[in-house]
Amino acid sequence: MDEAAARDIIVEKLKGKKGKSKFYLKDFYAFFPEEKPRTVKKLVNTMVSEGTLEYWSSGSTTLIGLKGVGKQAHAEDED
Amino acid sequence: MAKHETPLLDQLESGPWPSFVSDIKQEAENRAKNANNVEFQVKQDVCEDILGVLELSYKHGRTHWKHGGIVGVFGYGGGVIGRYCDQPEMFPGVAHFHTIRVNQPAGKFYNTEWLRNLCDLWEFRGSGITNMHGSTGDIVFLGTVTEQLEEIFFELTHKHGQDLGGSGSNLRTPSDCIGEARCEYACYDTQALCHFLTNEYQDELHRPAFPYKFKFKFDGCPNCCVASIARSDMSFIGTWRDDIQVDQEAVAAYVGGEFPPNAGAHKDGNWGPFDIQKEVIDLCPTDCMKYEDGKLEINNKECTRCMHCINVMPRALKKGKETGLSILVGAKAPILDGAQMGSLLVPFVKVEEPYEEITEVIEAIWDWWMEEGKNRERLGELIKRQGFQAMLDAVGIDPVPQHVKEPRSNPYIFWKEDEVPGGWQRDVNEFRKYHQR
Repeated sequence: MDEAAARDIIVEKLKGKKGKSKFYLKDFYAFFPEEKPRTVKKLVNTMVSEGTLEYWSSGSTTLIGLKGVGKQAHAEDED
Repeated sequence: MAKHETPLLDQLESGPWPSFVSDIKQEAENRAKNANNVEFQVKQDVCEDILGVLELSYKHGRTHWKHGGIVGVFGYGGGVIGRYCDQPEMFPGVAHFHTIRVNQPAGKFYNTEWLRNLCDLWEFRGSGITNMHGSTGDIVFLGTVTEQLEEIFFELTHKHGQDLGGSGSNLRTPSDCIGEARCEYACYDTQALCHFLTNEYQDELHRPAFPYKFKFKFDGCPNCCVASIARSDMSFIGTWRDDIQVDQEAVAAYVGGEFPPNAGAHKDGNWGPFDIQKEVIDLCPTDCMKYEDGKLEINNKECTRCMHCINVMPRALKKGKETGLSILVGAKAPILDGAQMGSLLVPFVKVEEPYEEITEVIEAIWDWWMEEGKNRERLGELIKRQGFQAMLDAVGIDPVPQHVKEPRSNPYIFWKEDEVPGGWQRDVNEFRKYHQR
């Protein structure tokens, strides 16, 4: 997998999803059907560390989205 | 006088059992007095406000928490659970009330100094309210503000050598029994394996990896003191594959009343003299024991490791000498649905470093679940949806009789066409030569 291209695909795909700002990890697997889930998981987690993406956790489940997108940051008084 | 009137909560203190309401009131008093001159980093009256918001929730019959959030510590995707109050003006002390999970030491061995240090940290930078080894099993710190999260994480890791636990779609904090450290029943070193896998799978523990939560639990013997068989997606239960060791002289001592049964645990009851037939032989679930002419015999091939006989007569009966563990998969203990017990996957494996036989199974299961599991679908639900056999195929484990619950009434394992010589096709004329219509 070309990592730089994969990063662009992730950002592009997430921006293209209207009305939804947080996604399950499995949604990211679907962007790369040829790749092993573990490879995609590592890239997604790296992108969180780099600040492109962010986690949202209910405690039991984790969702992932573009950093700062959606109402969450404002609603949580974190911005 | 209390900051908020709490008549509904006060009722909870009137029952026969210790109440969490009394505990929170006690902590509220401690914080108000502040005998140790702590420079509280969250509001001093946080405990008053937690009581206030809970009272309001009881009054309204609805929650006033906004559960979940984006908060966390850098590099980690678990261990912190955001929580916010939807009435922050009324209860400013709990406007932010985040939870932190702390990875408990293997076997829950810690000394009072370590525990005091954690409590001091939490009094200083949090609400002071903790939940020790509740249903998640780990140490839970309840209630702090966003600004304190990194400070707490730094102090935990740098001063106290303590990591965060798991939450969200991660591997959860692995949990084990005290094992060989104090228990003669332990068939493997639970703490060593728990510690090894905690380190081996740091990435899965701290960063979301799965469709949903995943829990490991380690029991040293089939007594299952941490209930791994009922509440972990993958449970590791100690067992043996040779015979139960029997000391006939000690059996006679139990029968003769010299040794108290159950190590004296029930001696205060009016049970009468020990009756080995009634209390051991007749209670064996597979009828694999008999006591005749002063001699106890066990048909070990039929033993299902229920542990009853060993628990009743621990000085006479001991686990076998060739020990290891069984791996079971698919248990879960949800709140709304019924509990589901684990199913046996690997009947016996020796527990030897570097534990490759165990990590191979773990990673094969994870690969299958990550590929096939739906969002928020536990491993046990996937096994039910696709079938145990689909899992065996995916992880490359051959079916064995131990996978079958009742082999004589329900064969359970079905042959596939490529496993049968000639497949499903047959020559009917050849068949009719031997069998009439």
